[in-house]
Amino acid sequence: MSKYFNLAWVFTLLAILAVGGGTAVLPEMQHLTVDEFHWITKGQFRAMYSLGQVAPGPNMLMVLLIGHKIAGATGALVVGLAFFLPDCILTLIANRLWERFKGSPWRTAVQEGMAPVAIGLMLAGTFAIARLSIFNLTSLLIAVLTFALLMWRHINPALLVLAGGVTYMLLPHVLRHMFPH
Amino acid sequence: MSEASAVAGAGARVSLGVIFWTFLTAGAISFGGGVVAYLREYTVSDTKWLDDEAFLDALEISQTLPGLNAVNMSVIIGDKLRGIPGAAVAVLGLVFPGVVVIMGLGAVWQEQAHDPQVKAFLIGVAAAAVGLLSTVTLQLGRKQFAKPLDLAIITTTFIAVSILRIPLYIVLIGIGSAAIWLYWPGARQERLEERARQLRVRLIHRSYTHLRH
Repeated sequence: MSKYFNLAWVFTLLAILAVGGGTAVLPEMQHLTVDEFHWITKGQFRAMYSLGQVAPGPNMLMVLLIGHKIAGATGALVVGLAFFLPDCILTLIANRLWERFKGSPWRTAVQEGMAPVAIGLMLAGTFAIARLSIFNLTSLLIAVLTFALLMWRHINPALLVLAGGVTYMLLPHVLRHMFPH
Repeated sequence: MSEASAVAGAGARVSLGVIFWTFLTAGAISFGGGVVAYLREYTVSDTKWLDDEAFLDALEISQTLPGLNAVNMSVIIGDKLRGIPGAAVAVLGLVFPGVVVIMGLGAVWQEQAHDPQVKAFLIGVAAAAVGLLSTVTLQLGRKQFAKPLDLAIITTTFIAVSILRIPLYIVLIGIGSAAIWLYWPGARQERLEERARQLRVRLIHRSYTHLRH
């Protein structure tokens, strides 16, 4: 029972802190699920994040896998509700109130002030994934090339993400084939 | 989509089924993030449920509030169309395909977790995701990166989380309230910018007079 309770409050907390979206809470999520509660290892966190990248829709559905790992289907359900429901309710209420403050300088202050904080948090989330996945030349090249291609052309990012996976999987074999010994 | 387009039209009441189906389609085909772009296509361009301004307004609110942008957008658009039931079916439609796929992938992965090929593939995916996340962050923050005050807030936030490892709630309360305070009516931010401008003018002037001597 305490398992469900812990899952519920950790992901509710993460939901409330997710200013700037899912990427923004990645460092905190990793800290809580890996270092604090030892629910999963760093490698499992990375793998689950990657599975979220290859699934359609919001990438952060990967949180369901964390819940499933800890407490099966019920765990996935608990995490799903805890991570998504609070923000939905908050948005519903805030959006209805927000309309009334349209054009008010306070609304502008909150939006203008929080925007750079959100960007800083997204940067931190990106850095967290970089620390998990970039540890040799190949992975560094995959990240840099993906970045360069996306900045240069409008390419479907899903293709590049898959290409990154295939490259990392096959490159050692290709190299061994080209340079035996 | 033809069903949705047929129902659309000025002021027509959109059925819950159509809302569900529209968000389901957006949730199913938006691989690799970019859900918001599809939502714009479906709810603004195709069905005319919203005009561009209303969509951007909703996006602004979604980004300020906690939660995933695409999910918050679905709540706002669904609520606008059919109240709370509309918001509920919009969110359920959006996440449904992803939930099915991720649970399936998770099951396969748990069987194959120790396969070195699978491990390598997922490392490559994460590395590529770093490139993708960097572009998304740069594009979303284009305005902020160009503004000295915002750049300072971005840098402080990043250092606090990634290097100093300060808990997120403290970062949000501390830096968040400081940032809002800087932008609070009373034009602190404008005064700061004015002071920065004067300093710059003085420095340019000094180097200029220095050059003349």
